[in-house]
Amino acid sequence: MDQHGPLVDLGKERPQVPARARNLSPIVPRGSIAGRALVAVVAIMTFLASVTTGTVLLVSASAAEWQSEVASEITIQVRPAAGRDLERDSAAAATALRAQSGIIEVRPFSRQESAKLLEPWLGTGLSLDDLPVPRMIVARVQPGTTLDLAALRKAVTLVAPTASVDDHRAWIERMRSMTGATVLAGIGILALVIVTTIISVSFATRGAMAANRPIVEVLHFVGAGDRYIANRFLRHFLRLGLEGGLIGGGIAMLGFGFSESIAGWFSGTPVGDQFAALLGTFSLRPSGYLALAAQAVLIAAITAWASRRTLFATLNEID
Amino acid sequence: MVRFENVGLRYGLGPEILRDLSFQIPAHSFQFLTGPSGAGKTSLLRLLFLSLRPTRGLVNLFGHDVSLLGKDEIADLRKRIGIVLQDFRLLDHMTTYENVALPFRVMGREEGSYRKEVIDLLKWVGLGERMDALPPILSGGEKQRAAIARAVISRPQLLLADEPTGNVDPTLGRRLLRLFIELNKSGTAVIIATHDITLMDQYEARRLVLHQGRLHIYE
Repeated sequence: MDQHGPLVDLGKERPQVPARARNLSPIVPRGSIAGRALVAVVAIMTFLASVTTGTVLLVSASAAEWQSEVASEITIQVRPAAGRDLERDSAAAATALRAQSGIIEVRPFSRQESAKLLEPWLGTGLSLDDLPVPRMIVARVQPGTTLDLAALRKAVTLVAPTASVDDHRAWIERMRSMTGATVLAGIGILALVIVTTIISVSFATRGAMAANRPIVEVLHFVGAGDRYIANRFLRHFLRLGLEGGLIGGGIAMLGFGFSESIAGWFSGTPVGDQFAALLGTFSLRPSGYLALAAQAVLIAAITAWASRRTLFATLNEID
Repeated sequence: MVRFENVGLRYGLGPEILRDLSFQIPAHSFQFLTGPSGAGKTSLLRLLFLSLRPTRGLVNLFGHDVSLLGKDEIADLRKRIGIVLQDFRLLDHMTTYENVALPFRVMGREEGSYRKEVIDLLKWVGLGERMDALPPILSGGEKQRAAIARAVISRPQLLLADEPTGNVDPTLGRRLLRLFIELNKSGTAVIIATHDITLMDQYEARRLVLHQGRLHIYE
């Protein structure tokens, strides 16, 4: 097609054209797309998604820490009983524990330590002789060892019949279900955020297409296919999505970066202590930041995908 | 190149505005399409441009039955057709130069490869000094010339023009007609829809006359 001569011959009138290329205007002007509102929507959605993911990661990490701590300990309770010497039973139980394989440390709580444990409830100056307070023994298990709990229980109850062994299984189960519920809630919130983003982006794309309908029609007149036209719009939406993702994800990451300091301000208050108990040090690991960055990119990609889907649907309606 | 067989067109449930059209547009041919207002000239041009589908009958374009074509194939066929509409359809955010060069951009050609051609044509249609002007500041006649330049720049195999000289003075009208004739001589089939008897009298060509939805051909 380009092999033919000039369409019109201007002879001497032929203009001298500079060799350098002109800066051509974009076919779809950036200003014609209501970008700011969309950037704000994507930024807010990315922020909410990042906060959700970050919180889920913090809770999961703290729960895993608790679990490993709790799972590495067992507690023996020796209850007082008529005709039994509590001190002797405790010492015998501790000796029986030490003899078990897989136990690396045994720490019996003395009478004074037991009184100290009860101090918050019963006050100071407590005499344990007046109360049937059981004696505690905490044993640390070698990590990675599977303890024969039945044999251990048998050995301990043989020397101290009033002793009971607690391996904290119930607590671990509760913690697992709590972590699972937190993760599920997080996934639910993320799904809602993503659906809302897709709907917002679809509306914005339809709006942009409606505003630029004359451009779409002219492009059809000059033989542009739907793919060509969609790509002209798509690059704007991808850019808007990336901008929104960067702003929302960036603010969330900064928030998590400062969360340790924020937690520090509240330490000592009931709320701060509660959070510290639940979320530990409140600091995200580097892998957590990577996950948040990947999520911001994912939301930008979702923006582009939703926009592309709407573009083709709208182009089918136009023509 | 173009073959219509018993083509009919109606909008929605309304009456048929084009009835039993059967004609051919040979390659390299030149014809005027005329008829009273409301006779269906623009609708026929839109059928030829594939922006309307006939209600009945067969439309064959460049050897393709258009009823069997998908969107991408229609877009490809449109690259071989140039169209000038009454409302010009220039893009207001682009300069005259960019508007005229748009078909080349859509084809994916580098700007340097078509620049001379676009500038030559703009000079020819009298827009050499208005190359960097935006359409909102162009006069009606200037817009029309820019629209014509955009339609002919890629040397389409078929050129459709709807009242192309409606907004220009007789001298420029003759100049534009010369451009269409030159284009026709270089191989483009041309269909000019017009009311302008003076324009038609300036060039001996086939006349397609639409009247009450039917087409009468005067060779």
